[in-house]
Amino acid sequence: MSGLLQVLGNFLSGLGQSVFFLLQILRVTPAALLQPRLISRQLYMLGVLSMIIIVISGVFIGMVLALQGYRTLVRFGASESLGVFVALVIIRELGPVVTALLFAGRAGSSLAAELGLMRATDQLSAMEMMAVDPIQRVIAPRFIAGLIAMPLLSMIFAVMAIGVAGGHAVGVELLGVDAGSYWSAIRGSVEFVDIRDSLIKSLVFGFAVSWIAVYQGYTAAPNAEGVSRATTSTVVVSSLAILALDFVLTAFMFN
Amino acid sequence: MTSTTETTDVASDVLVRCRGLHFRQGNRAIYQGIDVDIRRGKVTAILGPSGTGKTTLLRLIGGQWRPNAGTVVFDGIDVHKAGRKSLYDLRKRMGMLFQNGALLTDLTVFENVAYPIREHAELPESMVRDLVLMKLQAVGLRGARDLYPEELSGGMARRVALARAIALDPDMVMYDEPFTGQDPISMAVLIKLIRTLNESLGLTSVVVSHDIKEVLSIADYAYVISGGKVLGEGTPDQIRNSESAFVRQFLNGEPDGPIAFHYKAAPYADDLLGVHS
Repeated sequence: MSGLLQVLGNFLSGLGQSVFFLLQILRVTPAALLQPRLISRQLYMLGVLSMIIIVISGVFIGMVLALQGYRTLVRFGASESLGVFVALVIIRELGPVVTALLFAGRAGSSLAAELGLMRATDQLSAMEMMAVDPIQRVIAPRFIAGLIAMPLLSMIFAVMAIGVAGGHAVGVELLGVDAGSYWSAIRGSVEFVDIRDSLIKSLVFGFAVSWIAVYQGYTAAPNAEGVSRATTSTVVVSSLAILALDFVLTAFMFN
Repeated sequence: MTSTTETTDVASDVLVRCRGLHFRQGNRAIYQGIDVDIRRGKVTAILGPSGTGKTTLLRLIGGQWRPNAGTVVFDGIDVHKAGRKSLYDLRKRMGMLFQNGALLTDLTVFENVAYPIREHAELPESMVRDLVLMKLQAVGLRGARDLYPEELSGGMARRVALARAIALDPDMVMYDEPFTGQDPISMAVLIKLIRTLNESLGLTSVVVSHDIKEVLSIADYAYVISGGKVLGEGTPDQIRNSESAFVRQFLNGEPDGPIAFHYKAAPYADDLLGVHS
């Protein structure tokens, strides 16, 4: 019983500290926004360097969805609806969720490792002693960049999965679904609300992953084990948070 | 009303006054009431065995850590009562050389030294360049300006960190184990630099080290700390001639004495026989 209470106490204490840390980031965010060079550099590190894995995953997931969808739809003579099936599944669910999971694995872990190593090598302490606030100069630009990068990556993922290289390649080029039906069905069924909700989801996931990654990295114990724990925790906690948040957001979006 | 505390020694020759410092890390008491004075224009050495909390003292002076009790007063201002802005203003007057240099790894040597100048002074780029080159010239590394930290030897990295520490012309520089892991030439260079910079820039220096011979050769005053207390203090000669058994053990590098060779443990025979206390 006391063990359970201790675990609960540790969880609540960690949650409180991370919320306090988030408030510190938000406090310096306006000042950090005035440093676009720092943010653009992090956009490159977190966003551009994550593109390869996002593009390739989008292509393969789109192809698999088209194969699976066609197999089921053709039984009901509804193979022309393949485009709708692929597009709605990608835009509403897989786009933001898979992108966020990949983002947590690729960018979140590197963010936590980088900050953990900066902590372990006293770089953050050195900044503090130079009267430079590391939260403003190091943490906030990374947090903001993560927030911007996630929706963009999610859109790229959706385009790759639905478009030429993904669902379209398998559905139209390989399985012979009419290209006109594929695209017109998408245009007829995908509404603005779907795209808006998809962007909201990816923004929320980007917020969660970036927050978790910078917190884990910043508070990592200054040794090899601490950095290892920070990266692992970032991926595990982010993945669980993404899945839980997805359920909550989906429930709200579909009433 | 400011968040600072004015004290009577503003005009005295003591730049930093630590009084009754108590500090715990987890269950371990690092300091149990230590008093240390850092005098202006002098090189003060903080000596003690590894793990005794010498670096902790620098972090307490710099306001990075907060003591459980006691005060650190820098030039009349209580470091731990200062607000955020006052603390940052104080830190501009303190340079710190970290044990491993703590250079920003994604910046060149030049950019590392320019970093605090660019952060705190809105100077034209030509002036920043001149200032950085002057600081690098002072540590003998003007020619290494375009190198990245991973291309530097340990000694060079510390010299670059020293150039960065003096970039804002601080009142005081704190050196955390500056000689650890250095070859004899690098060590001699650092010893010379610490003393020379202290004289030529009118600095106050605090050198934390367990390299007794080297640090006593440049110090004006020294404290020997162990077990959370100041066990000896005085000029280098007074330290060398100390009658304290601990100071003698520390100076002579004796493996056993007041600091026991064996870490506190149950009796050896009981341990071997599996008798649990």
